[in-house]
Amino acid sequence: MVTRMKILIIEDDLEAAAYLAKAFREAGIVSDHASDGESGLFMASENAYDVLVIDRMLPRRDGLSVITELRRKAVHTPVLILSALGQVDDRVTGLRAGGDDYLPKPYAFNELLARVEVLGRRKGAPEQDMAYRVGDLELDRLSHSVRRQGKEIPLQPREFRLLEYLMKNAGQVVTRTMLLENVWDYHFDPQTNVIDVHVSRLRSKIEKDYDQPLLRTVRGAGYMIKDETGKGDGRPDP
Amino acid sequence: MSRLRVLFRTTAVRLSALYLILFSICAAFLVFYVTAMSQRLLEQQTKDAVVAEVTQIEGVYNRAGVNGLLRTLERRARQPGANLYVIAGPTGEILAGNVASLQPGLLDKEGWTEQAFRYQRYTDESRKDSHVALAHVFFLSNGLRVLVGRDLQEPEKFRVLVRQALMVALGIMGLGALIIWFAIGRNALRRMDRMSEASTKIMAGDLSQRLPMSGSGDEFDRLSESLNAMLGRIEKLNEGLRQVSDNIAHDLKTPLTRLRNKAEAALAHKSTNTGYRASLEEIIGESDQLIRTFNALLMISRVEAGAAAAEMSDVDLSRSVADCVELYEPVAEDEALRLEADVPEGVHVSGNRELIGQALGNLIDNAIKYAQGADNPVISVRLARRGPSVVLSVADHGQGVPEGQREHVVQRFVRLDESRSKPGTGLGLSLVEAVMEMHHGTLELGDTDSRAENNRGLTASMVFPVAIG
Repeated sequence: MVTRMKILIIEDDLEAAAYLAKAFREAGIVSDHASDGESGLFMASENAYDVLVIDRMLPRRDGLSVITELRRKAVHTPVLILSALGQVDDRVTGLRAGGDDYLPKPYAFNELLARVEVLGRRKGAPEQDMAYRVGDLELDRLSHSVRRQGKEIPLQPREFRLLEYLMKNAGQVVTRTMLLENVWDYHFDPQTNVIDVHVSRLRSKIEKDYDQPLLRTVRGAGYMIKDETGKGDGRPDP
Repeated sequence: MSRLRVLFRTTAVRLSALYLILFSICAAFLVFYVTAMSQRLLEQQTKDAVVAEVTQIEGVYNRAGVNGLLRTLERRARQPGANLYVIAGPTGEILAGNVASLQPGLLDKEGWTEQAFRYQRYTDESRKDSHVALAHVFFLSNGLRVLVGRDLQEPEKFRVLVRQALMVALGIMGLGALIIWFAIGRNALRRMDRMSEASTKIMAGDLSQRLPMSGSGDEFDRLSESLNAMLGRIEKLNEGLRQVSDNIAHDLKTPLTRLRNKAEAALAHKSTNTGYRASLEEIIGESDQLIRTFNALLMISRVEAGAAAAEMSDVDLSRSVADCVELYEPVAEDEALRLEADVPEGVHVSGNRELIGQALGNLIDNAIKYAQGADNPVISVRLARRGPSVVLSVADHGQGVPEGQREHVVQRFVRLDESRSKPGTGLGLSLVEAVMEMHHGTLELGDTDSRAENNRGLTASMVFPVAIG
């Protein structure tokens, strides 16, 4: 986590872009900015970025066509699409064009940050370990078992997937919508705090009989699983 | 005059004109044919009569010689309407008979005169009229030549008469057809005019106008009917659009005002850092709620406009329902409610998994909200086949919705008074209905327990028209 992440923001709204650059800098992420599709495409193909944040509607070249063109040129940098369009049909077209994640406007910056970090780390990280470990908590993906201090903790299938996703992204903030998307494969607004209830159940199972808390609620953002005894990841507490 | 030109431009009149021309050609042929046939028939009759006389006259000559022949012919020639009789010398000079003059050379050859010929009778001498006749010539053994002919005046008159009668009949028929076709064309034109009049009104913005129907069920009516159905759909979409903008104006301005007030209040009070922080957090919360409402509204209108209809696929409804129930189960439990699922395996429908999930989520969320504190804490989610259709129902034992209100609660932003205190956008059921409409299904609302005194509960059923497989 020493190397700083570098991203490219392709966004025609200059004010929004400046705000994003500042907010990313505060979160320890370096960002470049392109204000139209053509220059964005050029910068993305010439430089190495960890993540591209691309607005769907851009002057000179549409966001989706930027992505298609990049993929055609074999540039596989992860792309997060920002869009003011609807959710139902638009997400599908965005992901089909080659995007990796999709965030409808208006969004909370924490949501964007969490998603960018997950995308950035996915790049380069060896895909899919067979087991995850956070402190004294172990998760074995093959045998579908979870142990803490060597003692098996029985989990429901969905709780297992929830924990699996959290541990895969250990040390990073995972938002509620990210959990709903990745664990339940739904992209809608569940209206109530369904995710919180599921997380708190999981938390009670993995923390009840142990002193050391692992699963943290990050206010205004989401959740993070982290070994508090180890060194911090440099993220300031909000 | 221009009206006539317009009339002629109609398809009905053009077709009629074409028809009239074809009809006239056929009729003209008929007239020609009939007259020709009748002429031939009459000629034949004439010839037969002449041949019969010739035979008689030969008989007389053989029996009584030249004198007998002359007497007989004289007698016959004097009868009124008599045939033509001529007896001529071997050189062709007329010796007796009732003909004053003949075309020269007629008597040179035995047999039928090749063509009808002109002659003059004694009686007509003063007027010098010539007549047309057909005749048979034969030579007697003593060199005399005898001509027996028949006047063609009568058959000619008959032929002219037939032709005239046919022409008059044809004229009358043509005229009648013209009048009828004119009437039909005018009728068609008038109906067209009414239709275009109505569409002009519609174009001017009055979408409630409909094209006129005569009720006869003819092609004009069928056209009007399908156009009217189209107009109905357009009107409904337009109505929905207007409703959305009205709703936006009304229901989004209220929270926006609240938002602004909060920001103003925070600025007005000389607050501490933490005070500002709290205000800002409140403002963010308020705007999140606004965004949520906005998203829901947009989603409904996109679903209604059929934007997601392209993303239809085979949805394992059994699995989706199980997933959804599992998602909401802990929330229900926290509210001391029990979410029970009765879901058979392997029920599939054609649809959009995401939207069906959202719709079912809305129903379960509603049930959890309104069943709080009910005597019977069970919320049952049931998936069942009903004939060809699939029914997915969520039943709670809360207060329920009175029958008269059911249509009302489905509308946008409508919340019954009892529910105003609970969180929500007032768009949940509207979205469910829109989603079901997109799936060609319906949303049915009913009592869970209709015999109960109060707390009849609400059963909301998503009815999909057909299962797959």
